[in-house]
Amino acid sequence: MKISIERAALLKAVAQAQSVVERRNTIPILANVLIEAEGATASFRATDLDIEVVDRAPAMVERAGATTVSAVMLHEIVRKLPDGALISLADDPATGRLSVQAGRSHFSLATLPREDFPVMANSEYTANFSAPAPVLRRLFDKSKFAISTEETRYYLNGVYMHVATSETGPVLRCVATDGHRLARIDAPLPEGAEGMPGVIVPRKTVGEMRKLLDDDEATIAVSVSETKVRFATPTITLTSKVIDGTFPDYTRVIPIGNTRRLEVDAAEFARAVDRVATVSSERSRAVKLSLDEDRLVLSVNAPDAGAAEEELAVAYADERLEIGFNAKYLLEIASQVDRENAVFLFNSSGDPTLMREGNDTSAVYVVMPMRV
Amino acid sequence: MPALCRDCLASFESPASRCPACGGPRLLAHPELFELSIAHVDCDAFYASVEKRDDPSLAARPVIVGGGTRGVVSTCCYIARIAGVRSAMPMFQALKLCPDAVVIRPRGSHYAAVSRQIRTLFEALTPQIEPLSLDEAFLDLSGTERLHRAPPAVLLARLARDIETQLGVTVSVGLSHNKFLAKVASDLDKPRGFAVIGRADTEAFLRDKPVRILWGVGAATQAALAAAGIRTLADIRRQDRAAFARRFGAASDRLWRLAHGLDSRRVAPDAALKSVSNETTFDADTADRDLLDAHLWRLVEKVSDRMKAMHLVGRVVTLKLRRADFSLLSRRISLHDPAQLADTLYHAAAGLLAGVREPGPFRLIGVGFSELLPAPALDPVGDLLDPAAATRAGAERATDAIRARFGPQAIIKGRSLL
Repeated sequence: MKISIERAALLKAVAQAQSVVERRNTIPILANVLIEAEGATASFRATDLDIEVVDRAPAMVERAGATTVSAVMLHEIVRKLPDGALISLADDPATGRLSVQAGRSHFSLATLPREDFPVMANSEYTANFSAPAPVLRRLFDKSKFAISTEETRYYLNGVYMHVATSETGPVLRCVATDGHRLARIDAPLPEGAEGMPGVIVPRKTVGEMRKLLDDDEATIAVSVSETKVRFATPTITLTSKVIDGTFPDYTRVIPIGNTRRLEVDAAEFARAVDRVATVSSERSRAVKLSLDEDRLVLSVNAPDAGAAEEELAVAYADERLEIGFNAKYLLEIASQVDRENAVFLFNSSGDPTLMREGNDTSAVYVVMPMRV
Repeated sequence: MPALCRDCLASFESPASRCPACGGPRLLAHPELFELSIAHVDCDAFYASVEKRDDPSLAARPVIVGGGTRGVVSTCCYIARIAGVRSAMPMFQALKLCPDAVVIRPRGSHYAAVSRQIRTLFEALTPQIEPLSLDEAFLDLSGTERLHRAPPAVLLARLARDIETQLGVTVSVGLSHNKFLAKVASDLDKPRGFAVIGRADTEAFLRDKPVRILWGVGAATQAALAAAGIRTLADIRRQDRAAFARRFGAASDRLWRLAHGLDSRRVAPDAALKSVSNETTFDADTADRDLLDAHLWRLVEKVSDRMKAMHLVGRVVTLKLRRADFSLLSRRISLHDPAQLADTLYHAAAGLLAGVREPGPFRLIGVGFSELLPAPALDPVGDLLDPAAATRAGAERATDAIRARFGPQAIIKGRSLL
């Protein structure tokens, strides 16, 4: 194999590859990126056996072929080469080395045979649809903060993407929860997604896939089977196993009878929460909300650290209520609000609270209170 | 030389063979007797003594307190010790040495109650008490002489006498000028002893003692030191301090200091409790998940009871399993809200157990809370995905209230009967 490729194109491809490879892996080949050259394209494939990413870049192929080389090392080299450089990659089957040449820099890297590289088995995808990048971005960005890291509840370690029926009709829905907060985000159901099986997209996949979604104009092809999910742009294909488990029935968790309604400017609320939480204990981070007519008092009382209080003018017309929350959770859900006021619906100080943006029910958040 | 009669507490100046006041033989004489104030009080064969006290028919028989046929000796009385039985010895071996021994299962909460009574007697003397376990503690009696109108040695002799007459168990006292030496001293004259190591005789006392008497020197350290030709404290004292620290690591400086009789640790009252846990060794190794689960629940209830009694909540739950080859497997999880409820502990621990893929068999299971905090007034509200948790918490609190009023057996979960 011998190719020449633009630094920018190569950097983008190997950056994606090196973030997929497992840092602490015991199988040497999994640290490598598989480079395959044919026609006018070089493709870069990396896997951790759960996720596989293939990035295709235009290249001048002098000699077709394939080899594998350390993804992290190749990325570091390309990163350090000057912008605009033309890089040539050539493998020498005799020495088993890959030569990397750019200007007057020359590297010779150890390779492993391409035959050893595990290629993810194909899946029979039962649903194929395409969605604009901003739609998928919203679905995952607004839900991923609630993904659980608890290993004993592995089925919560991802975003549950499935088809559901909302008040407005069928939707593509993403739900994530760690048992303390929950995010439920809806988008209009794309054509072709109707029969999609519900899948739990693992946390790492969500992070890797997010890199495909930065371009507002891009359209992402999504394929889903019972065991795999695939997100593809014209140049990048990301395939991932999904979490083999049953996502709990979240519908019964979302309160429907909460009547006490607080409306507040989300940004102002978040800043105030952040300020008073400064004195809360590192561990509990509890903030108390005291609600009275059109008045919200945020307070923290940490016996060994100090106390803080801040008052906000809000819209609240129900009975007095005192309720505590983890400050971090409040900040996280408040930061999801970007257009209108945040609307909180409370029941009692021991019941889950619901938050949404204005009257928009396409993104709702549930958060469990704390004893304060 | 100042002397003291441990029976009638009379003190006098000239050492005699019998007390001039009561004629008793238990005299204590030491040049620094009335100047030392750091004490270590250690109960003699505590669990066995409590059992013998409660059942006088056991008085003349060898008694071993320990668990089941598979367990180990927890404590044995002095009669059993004559036969060669020792603490931590496997039960079968103990019974081989002493076939006529009476084996009693430990009654932890009962011993804890006696321990609290002893503690009450300590507290009458000083607030500076550092318990090491149920049956031993350090007492710092510095500065109490004017209050009690007697020097520490007299107070300690009275304390030992009071524990014996009021509670029916005997203790041994070590009195010295630091914790290390006080602890060593309490072991010199067991049982029912009282030993003193003064400043002037520290060096002579330590001279030829083996390194294993130092705190924290186990088999491994002992072997490492022996490889360097160091077997006695005198050997350590010959070492250059800096060279010794270089050779055996930073922690070895502590050994160097101890070998010189130097120990500046304070008697720390209520050194913060680190964890509350309980474990059990099975009669036969088991891989039966239902059986493990049943044991787990039993342990969880005990741990939770102690947490509630101490008004503590814990943030971390640890599950411990010992494999048939004695190697240890442990799993831990941080709770979102610190808890003390048996229900919360059980769900966390059972989740950890379910995550253990190893089939077993195991010989021991243990569970505990750590990262302890004072308990808040209200229970945490629970988990979105487990809405019944609040109901179960309410049931557990109601059960506790019933037990507090009508006794521990008044109401129990069906699963506790397994």
